[in-house]
Amino acid sequence: MKLFNIRGGVHPEDRKHLAADQAIEDLPLAPLLHVALQQHIGNAATPAVRRGQQVAKGELLGTGQGPISAPVHAPTSGRIMGIGSFPAHHVSGLSVRTITLQPDGKDQWLEGIEGVPDPFALDPDEIAARVAAAGIVGMGGATFPSAVKLNLRKKYRLHTLVINGAECEPYLTCDDRLMREHTAQVLDGARIMAHALGVTQIIIAIENNKPQAQAAMTGAAADSPAVRVAGLPMRYPMGSEKHLVQTLTGRETPARGLTADIGVVVHNPATAFAVHQALRLGWPLVSRLVTVSGGAITRPRNLRVPLGTPVQQLIDYCGGFREEPTRLISGGPMMGNPLPGTRVPIVKGSNGVLALTAEEVNAQAAAPCIRCANCVAACPCGLLPLQMAAHARAGDLDGTVRLGLMDCIGCGSCSYVCPAHIPLVQFFNYAKGEMAARGRAKQKQAETKRLIEQRTARIEAIQQAKREAMAARKRESAGKPPAQTPADRRAEA
Amino acid sequence: MYSDTPIAGPYAHERTSVSRIMVLVVLALLPATLFSLWQFGWPAIFLFLITVGTCLVAEAACLRAAEKPLRPSLLDGSALLTGWLLAMSLPPWAPWWIGVLGGLIAIVVAKQVFGGIGQNLFNPAMVARVALLISFPAELTRYVAPAPLFSPQAPGFGEGLAITFGLDGSDMVTGATLLGQVRTELGQGHPLPDILPGIYQPWSDAVGTLAGSMGETSALLLLLGGLFLLSQRVITWHIPVATIATLALAATLMNLYDPAHYPDALYHLVGGATLLAAFFIATDPVTSPISPRGQLIFGAGLGVLIYSIRTWAGYPEGVAFAIVLMNTCTPLIDHYVRPRIYGRDRKGAPIEYADDADAEVTR
Ligand code: SF4
Ligand code: SF4
Repeated sequence: MKLFNIRGGVHPEDRKHLAADQAIEDLPLAPLLHVALQQHIGNAATPAVRRGQQVAKGELLGTGQGPISAPVHAPTSGRIMGIGSFPAHHVSGLSVRTITLQPDGKDQWLEGIEGVPDPFALDPDEIAARVAAAGIVGMGGATFPSAVKLNLRKKYRLHTLVINGAECEPYLTCDDRLMREHTAQVLDGARIMAHALGVTQIIIAIENNKPQAQAAMTGAAADSPAVRVAGLPMRYPMGSEKHLVQTLTGRETPARGLTADIGVVVHNPATAFAVHQALRLGWPLVSRLVTVSGGAITRPRNLRVPLGTPVQQLIDYCGGFREEPTRLISGGPMMGNPLPGTRVPIVKGSNGVLALTAEEVNAQAAAPCIRCANCVAACPCGLLPLQMAAHARAGDLDGTVRLGLMDCIGCGSCSYVCPAHIPLVQFFNYAKGEMAARGRAKQKQAETKRLIEQRTARIEAIQQAKREAMAARKRESAGKPPAQTPADRRAEA
Repeated sequence: MYSDTPIAGPYAHERTSVSRIMVLVVLALLPATLFSLWQFGWPAIFLFLITVGTCLVAEAACLRAAEKPLRPSLLDGSALLTGWLLAMSLPPWAPWWIGVLGGLIAIVVAKQVFGGIGQNLFNPAMVARVALLISFPAELTRYVAPAPLFSPQAPGFGEGLAITFGLDGSDMVTGATLLGQVRTELGQGHPLPDILPGIYQPWSDAVGTLAGSMGETSALLLLLGGLFLLSQRVITWHIPVATIATLALAATLMNLYDPAHYPDALYHLVGGATLLAAFFIATDPVTSPISPRGQLIFGAGLGVLIYSIRTWAGYPEGVAFAIVLMNTCTPLIDHYVRPRIYGRDRKGAPIEYADDADAEVTR
């Protein structure tokens, strides 16, 4: 298959050997599971259970709210211990609404859960509805509700579904293992999604550092000409949706647009797998694969983890820390975020738990920028990170935006190569945060203004009515028509 | 906002640092430098040490005066490199105070006054070299023919000290550089075919037996150093290639037009400090443009300027002037020449495709 070049990018040491050869293992149930009501982009789910209630595995715990949301389900059977706040799987460590479940050890599925005999006979809308009901979200870490993405066919002319098996983040191997061990299921899920999207063409894109996954997928797809496996060159951020699509089609996604603008929808292999389970077996999303790795982990593993399991449980299962980690990261080292602690639960978007040593992180104090332009060469988006950072640092938010802040995908390539170790991404995140706050403030201002205007209009209308009534009375009593124009009347008032 | 433990990622970093870059540049310069030191003997070694030493001391003094921490800035190697490049652009037997003055101008005036590393508009070594050339034309144009260390003609340690410290400058055997000599003779109306054969053998001169500054001697070793920097990805090809190609093109065109008065491209490449400039000085990150296209423009401008100054202006060698002039253009180039942002056209508007969704994936 012909591939196209993308600009920039970096070649981080992939360190996948740590976990790549570890077959998927089931993590034993933790004594308590903490199922957060918001594990996705969009509105949080609202609780659908009461404290003390007995639930079966797969039973609805929280209902999705509004068009962009997702429900959550019981990862196992057991009793609801409470609905309250619990530290979130988020760098802030703030508490969020969480349902705590005490497993009863039976791991019993909800009765009546069953799949569809032939998903391809279903209407695309029906598939999307089932995907939505199963609580499936983008499992590469974006956690955007997948059903919404499946419904893109209504607005766009689509031609291709891409399964993004690039897994370009160092250390992470859970997609690799999934594609190797559950090849047929991933492919089946992809086909179901293609059917839902109304496209015939499927490309399974896998970086060349995963030859076994490539071979497995090629073998499984051998008899279907509509499915092709693309071997991607190893370069970070190959897994960035827009750059992946450019590699495959030679086309850039228009700024502020979606890949759907150029006819392509991208889903993660784990999402395809979840769709397979939802349609064929009727299973909602209650567990996911997580890579536990890093130099500070005694035995790196790929684990199947019930959602809501505390991170500590995963680390214990992997033999604990071999040394005190400098950083505990959720996700990959390039775009992942620090975990506030090991109590926090695994959520739908957690693809990795990494315990990194100081040697691996290689952090150094920032030095002044020497304008070496390494960051410019590394940026896959054609930005000038050093200038953006300089403006952000000087507090010139508008300047930063003019330079393309909003086109920055936050991939971290620039920070990765900076010889002065300047935390460029930190500046950009800060500036983006400020922009978001500004947007909210503006919205609020507009809202306030609208309310004030409405009120003025209302008062004006009442007064107008009063004046007219008065004028009418006068007219009646005097028996002559009003001589004044409305403007004069207002001037008088 | 600078923090040693940023919250934002990435939590991995290329094994790189500012000092690593500087060390690689120094490493790349080492063969040419050692060869030149050997060629010009003790006086060159003294001048080299004095120039580099002055730069380091000046850097430390400025940092102290500005109450900035000494260690990180001194260890980043930038002052060392500035001194090194300056020394390589001086006549090897110049007196000690040229090195001291040059070092002070480079570090104090051209670098620290601007705010230290990364802030200077001009290449410090080249500013110093230009200032010295304008103020002390005699000392800066007095060159000697190479006399390898320990060869009979070479000055011994004591004589070397005497030369550098000006006790014995008078009876120095002086010569002009290749470029200087050719300029003089052309000025006297001799055509090139009469001048060149006696003083210029392109290939042996490339190895490094010409009179000139230390950085002008061995084109070959400088080229090797430059290739090393390219291979280590310390520099990109844009500036060196654009500089050399433009210079060569200009020389070739003029040579075709009038071979009797305009030497060919090879002469311009091996003579003078062309390669030192193209690979080591013009590529100074701080004072060159940041975008690849900007770097091409920068290099091309440099090539044209070097050629013009050498050919038509009052100085035989134009590298330092050309670099300082192009440095002034860098902010302008950076302002107007930017990479195209992903998903946008050159004007910054989102890309539009005429054929909408008909883009087929190529097989
Ligand atoms: S990589 Fe770092 S030092 Fe180099 S130009 Fe960018 S910000 Fe400056
Ligand atoms: S984080 Fe933003 S600026 Fe930096 S390389 Fe990625 S896209 Fe470019």
